[in-house]
Amino acid sequence: MAVMNMIQAINSAMDVAMERDPDVIVFGEDVGYFGGVFRATAGLQKKFGKNRAFDTPISENGIVGVAVGMAAYGLRPVPEIQFADYIYPGLDQLVSEAARLRYRSAGEFTAPITVRSPFGGGIFGGQTHSQSPEAIFAHVAGLKTVIPSNPYDAKGLLIAAIEDNDPVIFFEPKRIYNGPFDGHYDRPVQPWSRHPASEVPEGHYTVPLGKAAVVRGGEAVTILAYGTMVHVVMGVVAEQGIDAEVVDLRTIVPVDIATIEASVKKTGRCLIVHEATRTGGFGAELSALVTERCFHHLESPVERVTGWDTPYPHSLEWAYFPGPVRVGEALKRILED
Amino acid sequence: MSTTQAGEGRNIPPLSLHVPEPRYRPGDIVSFAEDPTLAEAGAVRRPAPDAAPDTMRDLPYTLVRVLDPEGRAVGPWDPRLSPDRVRAMLRKMMLTRAYDERMYRAQRAGKTSFYMKCTGEEAVSIAAAEALDRGDMCFPSYRQQGLLIARDWSLVDMMCQVYSNRGDRLKGRQLPIMYSVKEAGFFSISGNLTTQYPQAVGWAMASAAKGDTRIAAAWCGEGSTAEGDFHSALTFASVYRAPVILNVVNNQWAISSFQGFAGGEATTFAARALGYGVAGLRVDGNDALAVYAATEWAAERARGNHGPTLIEMFTYRAEGHSTSDDPSAYRAADEAKCFPLGDPVERLKAHLILLGEWDEARHAAQAEEVAVQVRDAQREAEKLGVLSGGDFKQDFQTMFEDVFEEMPWNLAEQRDQMNAERKAAGI
Repeated sequence: MAVMNMIQAINSAMDVAMERDPDVIVFGEDVGYFGGVFRATAGLQKKFGKNRAFDTPISENGIVGVAVGMAAYGLRPVPEIQFADYIYPGLDQLVSEAARLRYRSAGEFTAPITVRSPFGGGIFGGQTHSQSPEAIFAHVAGLKTVIPSNPYDAKGLLIAAIEDNDPVIFFEPKRIYNGPFDGHYDRPVQPWSRHPASEVPEGHYTVPLGKAAVVRGGEAVTILAYGTMVHVVMGVVAEQGIDAEVVDLRTIVPVDIATIEASVKKTGRCLIVHEATRTGGFGAELSALVTERCFHHLESPVERVTGWDTPYPHSLEWAYFPGPVRVGEALKRILED
Repeated sequence: MSTTQAGEGRNIPPLSLHVPEPRYRPGDIVSFAEDPTLAEAGAVRRPAPDAAPDTMRDLPYTLVRVLDPEGRAVGPWDPRLSPDRVRAMLRKMMLTRAYDERMYRAQRAGKTSFYMKCTGEEAVSIAAAEALDRGDMCFPSYRQQGLLIARDWSLVDMMCQVYSNRGDRLKGRQLPIMYSVKEAGFFSISGNLTTQYPQAVGWAMASAAKGDTRIAAAWCGEGSTAEGDFHSALTFASVYRAPVILNVVNNQWAISSFQGFAGGEATTFAARALGYGVAGLRVDGNDALAVYAATEWAAERARGNHGPTLIEMFTYRAEGHSTSDDPSAYRAADEAKCFPLGDPVERLKAHLILLGEWDEARHAAQAEEVAVQVRDAQREAEKLGVLSGGDFKQDFQTMFEDVFEEMPWNLAEQRDQMNAERKAAGI
């Protein structure tokens, strides 16, 4: 065991995967020599050589497009998109190609690629360094979407994603790269070393895709969250002494419906929290699933605390970000209903 | 910042927007004037395949041609193939044309929903495939069915895909002609244009990174060069010196848009290579020997780690874009007949006859023979059903398979729901 922050855990996952499988290949903008703008790929080129960890031109459709071709050859590419906000030029290759290759060729060709990309807000990143576009990918048949919330899961999920034979979008909440963030932007940030999930095995292990984690058991209300929001929710629950069951989804496609269903049927109430904008967000899918499957167990309406339906603003960040105040007010409404 | 309006305070004419227009529209009399870019056969030099791109800047503005108007093979690009190989190439081109004719009629007879012919462009795929190794991976667009025929793939198998029947290897999931044959080095065709271009580059990069000796080749139309993926592919191919051949099949038309709408009025498509520092060739696409020679040259270049080649195959889309298209609505009726590069089958036939290696009687017999081969294949394929026949009886449950390697819970639920609803409705 070693104490790692999220970046170190992600770096370790790629190191382990590259060590075990010579077909794993890592590339993206500034990923090679420099080791990535967030240092996620630091040391990989030096250790594995330029044939396996290299820099690319600034072209997201090129990065994803060549990854699909490499996968068709038989490699297991792990391309990086520098910020999730810049994944859109690669969307055609992801949606029309990577996601459908297995289906349209009846399994002749596959795209076992893992697209890593830092995502989410809370860092004064403004409009193009803060977005949470997971719902766009959740709507695409053939893609898996994974979002870790701590170093242990980040490494285990990333190794599982790289080893998975389907294309995986792996969104890394950059706000919690260095430490968990409970939404209290006015307090000093705690490092990961004080959190139990920073204990990370140095070698190979996996956290299965498609499995949620109940990070806190409770009876009064189920809270569904992922990424940074897990820590915001945990902070509110602890401060207010609410007996909530907090479910960290970890994978949003395929979502762990069994865990969600069991929890909501037990508590009878459900709050969904995500940073992404509300309309058409993944919370809408979760709300529909809970309503369809737990309708007769519900004691209050399913609520969503999300980013507002606006582009992500800069100076207005803490009014936009679904922080402790908004989560707390929603919990009050749900529990008083 | 000034916001001067036209004429305001300055004596200048207003700006005007240039919207390209093809030379001929329906009803016009076609008369192709001498095109200065159509060099004579044998006139273009053949550099060493390892030559640096900056020593070959003249090549994208001329035209590599081997067969002269009489059918002689002339000049440095003559690949000097044995008569047997040329005859084999001619036969495959004739077989491709016969296959297209048959499938086109099958669509018109209502047996399938859609078809696309490659009439007039047979050399572009057949001769290129003949110059590649079988282990080289092809990333085609939808008009390179000749690649499969060149690699002796089963016509029955291809037809089953067109009919979406019980024998369809793609299980009825794909629009007709969107073949996928890994065994024949033929990458799964996508409806999204030019996406295969960076993919081919990635495949070639992978081959290079693994120290393999295989190369990749891709095809797109001239219209599709306007897509962003064309630019990314050229950039990546150049940056990593990927062992790839990028073919632009310039057949003059992208559905109803003439090649001017892809930027062809101002330059050639081969010339796009220059800005990327990539070797560029412009080749007579209706001259099978020139196509073979250029592909062989580019393959040798790629295999020697000398980098990628962009080849513009200059040809003409002799028929409609697809069975859903009527070209008489936007272009002159006899344009194909007037196209100065003629017909690839007729030109190769004339060449072999001139050599004394072929004659009219053998040609007629071969035309009959390939027609029979296609007809027999069609009979076999139709035993497994046709799309409109109602007897193709596919297992609808397979619709939910292969979305992922393992079926997730939501797809299993949806499959069960479909089955329950169909059962309840008595289907």
